[in-house]
Amino acid sequence: MLRYILRRLLQAVLVLFVLSLLLFAWLRSLPGGPVDAMLGERATPENRAAMRKTLGLDDPIPVQYLRFVDNAIHGNFGTSTGVQSGTDAFSLFWQRLPATVELSVFAIIIALATAIPLGYFAAKRHGGLLDTGSVVLSLIGVAVPVFFLGFVLKYFFSIEWHLLPPTGRQSPDLNATRVTNFYVLDGLLTREFDASWDAIKHLILPAIALATIPFAIIFRITRASVLDVLNEDYVRTAEAKGLSRRVIRGRHVLRNAMLPVVTTIGLQVGGLLTGAVLTETVFAFPGLGDALATAFTTRDYPVLQVLILMAALGYVIVNLLVDLAYAVIDPRVRTR
Amino acid sequence: MAVTKPAAAVALVAASALTLSACASSKRSDSNASGGAKGNTNATLNFGAAGAPGTLDPFYASDGETFRVSRQMFQGLTGFKPGTAEVAPALATSWTPSSDGKTWTFKLKTGVKFHDGTPFNADAVCKNFKRMDSQNAAGQQASEYWLTNMGGYNGAKGELYQGCTAKDASTVEIKIARPTSKFPALLGLPAFSMQSPTALDKYKANDIKAQGEGFVYPAYANAHPVGTGPMKFQAYDKTNKTVTLVRNDDYAGDEKPTIAKLVFQIIPDETARKQALSAGTIDGYDLPNPVDWPALKKDDNLEIRPAFNILYLGLNSKVDPNLKDLKVRQALYYAINRDQLVKSLLPSGASVATQFMPKTVAGYNDSLQPYKYDPAKAKQLLSEAGKSGMSITLWYPTEVSRPYMPAPDKIFNAIKANWEAVGIKVTPKPLPWAGGYVTQTQNGKASAYLMGWTGDYDTPDNFLGSFFSDPKGQMTVGAYPWGATFVKDLSDADSIVDESARAAKYETINKQVMEQYLPGLPISSSPPAIVFSKKVSGVTPSPLTDEHLWTAKVDK
Repeated sequence: MLRYILRRLLQAVLVLFVLSLLLFAWLRSLPGGPVDAMLGERATPENRAAMRKTLGLDDPIPVQYLRFVDNAIHGNFGTSTGVQSGTDAFSLFWQRLPATVELSVFAIIIALATAIPLGYFAAKRHGGLLDTGSVVLSLIGVAVPVFFLGFVLKYFFSIEWHLLPPTGRQSPDLNATRVTNFYVLDGLLTREFDASWDAIKHLILPAIALATIPFAIIFRITRASVLDVLNEDYVRTAEAKGLSRRVIRGRHVLRNAMLPVVTTIGLQVGGLLTGAVLTETVFAFPGLGDALATAFTTRDYPVLQVLILMAALGYVIVNLLVDLAYAVIDPRVRTR
Repeated sequence: MAVTKPAAAVALVAASALTLSACASSKRSDSNASGGAKGNTNATLNFGAAGAPGTLDPFYASDGETFRVSRQMFQGLTGFKPGTAEVAPALATSWTPSSDGKTWTFKLKTGVKFHDGTPFNADAVCKNFKRMDSQNAAGQQASEYWLTNMGGYNGAKGELYQGCTAKDASTVEIKIARPTSKFPALLGLPAFSMQSPTALDKYKANDIKAQGEGFVYPAYANAHPVGTGPMKFQAYDKTNKTVTLVRNDDYAGDEKPTIAKLVFQIIPDETARKQALSAGTIDGYDLPNPVDWPALKKDDNLEIRPAFNILYLGLNSKVDPNLKDLKVRQALYYAINRDQLVKSLLPSGASVATQFMPKTVAGYNDSLQPYKYDPAKAKQLLSEAGKSGMSITLWYPTEVSRPYMPAPDKIFNAIKANWEAVGIKVTPKPLPWAGGYVTQTQNGKASAYLMGWTGDYDTPDNFLGSFFSDPKGQMTVGAYPWGATFVKDLSDADSIVDESARAAKYETINKQVMEQYLPGLPISSSPPAIVFSKKVSGVTPSPLTDEHLWTAKVDK
């Protein structure tokens, strides 16, 4: 098992290295660049050229790449030029990560808490009203774009009913103490419960918006998978043996039906960052997605590099975890 | 699976949380301002900013969002009269030029202190100038405003700034290399604000480095800005994207702060800013989309600024030789239905431009008539020039909205349709604003392109000089037979010391530009807006985006 994990990690390092090379060359081949974004429409061509030279952006791309690798080995991944000028790109990643993790965890909790029970019951009452209703709901979840959904949610919950804030992570006037930068957790740790509650209120709308796609996909996979399992011989046998419904539901149906669902969850977690770019933009939620969007418009190379590479790394790790979860759920995988 | 594993995990998490919470404790001070009566002086103003401040040291800044924050904390020697682009006293109460216009004597306000208690005096002024002038290699790139306005550092050849002398505690003499209309207006730019010499030294303000493809700022620019202004820096919460300023009770200016706290919430998406205003979580934001103006007028306080910008269509005959002929350039101009364009695509209050500067600038020529929309005349001029059915590549920017150009693609489409109507074939060339558009157009690589300018201060040179003083610049005026004369006329006009003589000279130049040269086509001026909720009053809209947010009266 350990060797398997090590081999997978080694593969990941190789993938990241090749990706960094491609990413580096691709970013620099795009027209424009950070100097344009920094200087705007006022600077003379000479000023632009001088700044490019100062920042080392006029060297040949291979030279720039070697310098980047050399710096990266020494733990320096470059300095942000647009998202938060002057901040080390990697520090910026750590600064923004808690927000996105908090948002993703909330979104996944919402998606799982609704999709798995709904999927199970929709399958149990196949063709009924609940089944049809849930399927329609999941279709809407996939089809409605985040910015539209965000707009609707904000219109009702923030503007009409004044229940939840439309943007941001925490009301600035709370002056909350920061410990881990996970705001909900920080509030609990410092016993500033109002700060926790305020952070949760800020999370609800963006988390709902972010949860729609994973909800829809997990719901449909759960439903299909439970439908399959319900028709299996061993379920009929278990019923015939007179096992209690709880045991059948838990040990036989759900456990077997969960395999494809776990795979899907893994893929969905990977996809959350993509969703977070839009969601965080719509809700001005200061996480990685928001940083990525700003980094694109300001051509902030170092931040783009770090964020995209870290997202790839995250993807690799999540996939590895999914494979390991398989092994836990399905003993057959372990013996292979 | 054994049950013990999850149980152990839960226990572990609980234990670590307990350990953590033993170390963490609330450091909160309850300084929550509560509202009450109208114009409550304990109120907080929440402003929705479109971007994060790039740095807290305005000297290294070049963007509006950064300057908006600095303008609340800092003052310059000169300032601007609220609601106008006119120079007004700030930290200097008066100034007099020598007869040759090269030595300026400033009388300073007395009894002023920086936020850290350092006295403001002539010595502090000269320390500031010395600090700005003596930049290291990275600083010389990062302080774009000094470079653009002063033309160099450390006594380099061609540098405008020549030295500062403290005559006595409240008198300063500043020498410049040549007389220019920019002086002393440019000292009102936030980039040249007076900063505490104590703090500049203590937090090593000049230790800026170029590292890892960006600029690494010293502690001063990251967390310790100290000025003399009405608001003081309190915190920049980077994980929450908020900047908090608090009232400076010792502020020596005339307009005392009427709010206790000013919070900038950074909300890059414009729709999100609008919704935050509707929901009441922010009290105002800048540059609302003209499409939203009618709705905002109804529900909020929409403040429309005086127009202090120009949208123009730049032409470059070096890239496209067809444009060498004045008749072709005039034909392109006559073919554009600017009345229609202004009416349908620009905010209410926008106007058709007759020259390369807005009406309020000294040197504006009132007698110039706009080139009226006349497709027949355009066709006739084209056939006289032998260019009927010519092709042209028209560049326009994407991923951007500017006060003078709210929707570039729509403006492009309108001009394209107009030109095609007179038989010109138009090839579109869209390019992202920061993705090459600015660089390529400014480097004179675009045949015809949309571009604009918002003035820094009220001098004709700030407009005409920015477009044409470089013969190899964006419209490459040096390539025309009249180019050299034109460039020389501009620099001569700028150094005329007498204001009315200077204005008269610029009026003549404006006439020549529009009637004989026409290196580009001025399109329009648009008034940008700023919006506050109904609960907020007392902020005067400024053509320079120099709003004094600290004068807001918040009724909560």
